[in-house]
Amino acid sequence: MRALEVRDLRCSRGPVTLFRDVSFAVAAGEWLAVRGANGSGKTTLLRCLAGLTQPDCGEVLWEGTVVARDPSAFHEALSYGGHLAGIKDDLTADENLAALVALRGRPVDAQSRRAALSRMGLEKRLHLPARRLSAGQRRRIGLARLAVEAAPLWALDEPLTALDDEGQRLFEHLLAEHLASGGIAVIATHQALAPEPARELRLGS
Amino acid sequence: MTTVALGSWPGGFAWAFSRDFRLAWRNPGETVLVIAFFVLVASLFPLGVGADMRLLERIGPGVIWVCALLAAFLSLPAMFSSDYMDGSLEQMALSSHPMVGWVSGKIAAHWIMTGLPLTVLSPLLALQYGLEADTLLVLAAALAIGTPVLSLLGAACSALTLGARGGGMLLALLALPLFVPILIFGAGAAQAQASGLSPSPHLSLLAAGLIVAAMGLPGAVCLAIRISLD
Repeated sequence: MRALEVRDLRCSRGPVTLFRDVSFAVAAGEWLAVRGANGSGKTTLLRCLAGLTQPDCGEVLWEGTVVARDPSAFHEALSYGGHLAGIKDDLTADENLAALVALRGRPVDAQSRRAALSRMGLEKRLHLPARRLSAGQRRRIGLARLAVEAAPLWALDEPLTALDDEGQRLFEHLLAEHLASGGIAVIATHQALAPEPARELRLGS
Repeated sequence: MTTVALGSWPGGFAWAFSRDFRLAWRNPGETVLVIAFFVLVASLFPLGVGADMRLLERIGPGVIWVCALLAAFLSLPAMFSSDYMDGSLEQMALSSHPMVGWVSGKIAAHWIMTGLPLTVLSPLLALQYGLEADTLLVLAAALAIGTPVLSLLGAACSALTLGARGGGMLLALLALPLFVPILIFGAGAAQAQASGLSPSPHLSLLAAGLIVAAMGLPGAVCLAIRISLD
């Protein structure tokens, strides 16, 4: 049974406690919206969730197992999208996508990469170095990655930054598909998204 | 859910190695700078010191080694920082491949792009110092064993200074002292050969250093990367 659970997470940065006693559970087909003012710890929460930042206390459970005990199984299930997209300027859109997906150890053939990039409206930009792409187009490479990786869990930090209306719709489609196939998502965002979140987590109040 | 592990050490190694190689191929400025620096500085010394062949022969191995060391150092700040700045490092840390695999791949790619060209060029540059043929060979052999240690040590220092303000300065203070033993044994090998002694103790010590560094340092680099991402 796919499920993500977070218990009593607390994290502080220097002397400031960003959040404490954060607990939630997300079941298959649901997504959790993380809301809060700037600086309230949304990014830190997602980083704790992904295992990039060590929380002061608390634990993350994936499919009933504490993640810290078997991080590699968790990393195979996770697509993390930080506010830096991990796009290399000197590689083309297609090469960037291939490199990001190959990190999962699950090679994807050129055809499905191309299909994903075309779906994101990048079919004419496949072989352009990423330095010549706009911020929104770079974001779309990240969206194509989500589509190709098809990971059961998404942890996304402001995925709509720099995306236009059409980009937002594309993302909402992807999210709806992801949830319909039993996926789970935790998304920090200020915008309202079309598939309604199963619940909201409000930080910093 | 799949239960088979998708990530593997060789998978991560190959991923990082081929990616860094491709990036360097697209944007060769960095590599060319390192090699040009090495060639220029090593050629300036004979011009500055003058045509005293005996003096040149004596300082040759040491000068070549110092030049190689500084050239290798030039390429260190960018080793992890560009991946850190654009978020690739986060993605790599969350990869299914074990971290030590892709870290080793990056270090190997770094050596191929800096240490290897320096090693190959060193006999040519050493000709300007009037070194004997067998001394040239020993010098190149010492560089071939010593420059991978520089890449390994440099990677650890580069990862430690990630995200630190004034990281470049800190990196110099951290890395250059650690390079000193490599410099002493590396230059010592060629000097021993030139003065008619056997270079093998120096080369053996260098090789021992390489083995220890290759065993221990990739793990240390992983730890340093985790700390700087936290």
